Amino acid sequence: MHMADALLSPAVGGAMWVASAATLAVCARKVSARSEDRIVPLMGVLGAFVFAAQMINFAIPGTGSSGHLGGGLLLAILLGPSAAFLAIASVLTVQALFFADGGLLALGANLFNIGVLPCFVAYPLLYRPLAPAGSSRARVGIAASVAAVGGLLLGATGVVLQTVASGISSLPAGPFLALMLPIHLAIGLAEGLATAALVLFLAKARPDLLPAAPAPLRRRSLAGFAVAAALVAGVLSWFASPQPDGLEWSIARAAGMAELKAPEGGMHGSMARLQSTTALLPDYDLPASRAAAQGEAAWPEVNAGKSFAGLVGALATLGLVVAAGFALRRRR
Amino acid sequence: MSRLESALADLRLADTLAARDTGLSRLDPRAKIVTTLAFLAAVVSYERHTVVALLPFLLYPVALVSMGEVPWRWLARKLALAAPFAVLMGIANPVLDRAPLEVAHGVTMAGGWISFGSILLRFALTVTAALAVVAGTGMHALCAGLAALGTPRVFTAQLLFLWRYAFVLGGEGARMATAREARGGRGSPTLAVYGSLAGHLLLRAFERAERIHRAMLARGFDGEIRPSRALRWSSRDTVFVVGWVAFFVAARAVYLPLLLGRLLTGLGG
Repeated sequence: MHMADALLSPAVGGAMWVASAATLAVCARKVSARSEDRIVPLMGVLGAFVFAAQMINFAIPGTGSSGHLGGGLLLAILLGPSAAFLAIASVLTVQALFFADGGLLALGANLFNIGVLPCFVAYPLLYRPLAPAGSSRARVGIAASVAAVGGLLLGATGVVLQTVASGISSLPAGPFLALMLPIHLAIGLAEGLATAALVLFLAKARPDLLPAAPAPLRRRSLAGFAVAAALVAGVLSWFASPQPDGLEWSIARAAGMAELKAPEGGMHGSMARLQSTTALLPDYDLPASRAAAQGEAAWPEVNAGKSFAGLVGALATLGLVVAAGFALRRRR
Repeated sequence: MSRLESALADLRLADTLAARDTGLSRLDPRAKIVTTLAFLAAVVSYERHTVVALLPFLLYPVALVSMGEVPWRWLARKLALAAPFAVLMGIANPVLDRAPLEVAHGVTMAGGWISFGSILLRFALTVTAALAVVAGTGMHALCAGLAALGTPRVFTAQLLFLWRYAFVLGGEGARMATAREARGGRGSPTLAVYGSLAGHLLLRAFERAERIHRAMLARGFDGEIRPSRALRWSSRDTVFVVGWVAFFVAARAVYLPLLLGRLLTGLGG
């Protein structure tokens, strides 16, 4: 589910970085503005809890397989979306840095898929309306499952869109999506069960720790998210069509994808159009497409001398790299 | 539960590696962050069928590993653990992309195999560079560098908290699992058992947060964590950044392996 550096083009990776960094900055400002400084250690320790709990599996009845907690939704329920995003972002950052899950360039995409979508879409739009304050246990369980599944399916769709828009992997959007969605439906159900189990446990053991009144979705945070989403959609759509590699997925299929993401489709589309008229994007477009054009042009002209020289050069490069490695090590 | 324990052991090892005094750890964290980002941008900017032109970029991770005296075995294990996703995503390329490409005189290969090779090489380059920098810098210096580069303070504080308490809560989780096994619990717990197992861990997390907060208030906490040591930028750092970025630009602009090959063989052109 983690996006990897190797599959991202700089344009898509950069766009996701911008979107996630902007969300992070907004969340950081909101959390710093909170009057209670209690939130700082609480976020830290709950982040560490999610980090540990992700590695505790539980058996999924009747299947013989096991599931574990993802954490984004649980943190949103316990901390509210802004603080939850910071906490899950720190978990993803540590995983990217120390376990090579994803990578540094892909971190922006991963923060978006695993952080922004559950905290700012699944939590306020699915969990909150389904489980208002004072809901029954069954209702909390169902709401957590629905929101977890929703968040993960959105995240999986994000992975597919980012991969296809990057064009490094040849996977076409349709079959890739058909592969990713059922897997993430199952993972989402497991995550929903784990989240519900923990929320219900807490409601029974220490109800005072659960935020009593639902944190109302503030208009400004929604606006910030809309801007980030529009920016992403705008940049992605800008790069999707001029891909030089002749990807089979046509505009028609891309349009079909847009329909799949129906909930925000209308807003995305119009914001994307608005976005593509601004001056920022053409700047982004230039270097990437120029580089790609150069790369394509370099391929056809192959002759014997050039390919032999290329082979020798490749081996010599490797030799030099190894030698440099030894030299640097010796010198110390 | 071995998974939790081995993950913690891994984190601890990375921390131990970073605590040593090496050529890499003496550099300013900002220099390492900026240079590594430039490296990543250069590597991923290549067209998807690029393999040979990427080879000169191996120099950067190799130099980091040597300067930081990062054990290759550790790095290889990390790479192997993280590899399945990249392999999974790339393995369809040879099947889907069968357009022949002439890779050398008279030798053609399916474009998919070349782009698959490119994905694997990109993966190895980006992951090794990032891991080597982390193992040669450490979480505290890294956070100080990130903060100095403009990352919101709340977030760097969050990272440091997570780093500190991942060991504490991870250790508690591991001990709970051991206790369950000692009482005859086998395999993965059922959902009901999981609920109270992880739930109790969550309760402990809350209680610990409460205690930490009181302790921090007692020490004059005002919502911000300040770095214990000021960062110092030296001429070494400037040389590091400028030198490497110049190399990346050169490698990006000139097809170095081909140039080298021509020099050595006198052929081509």
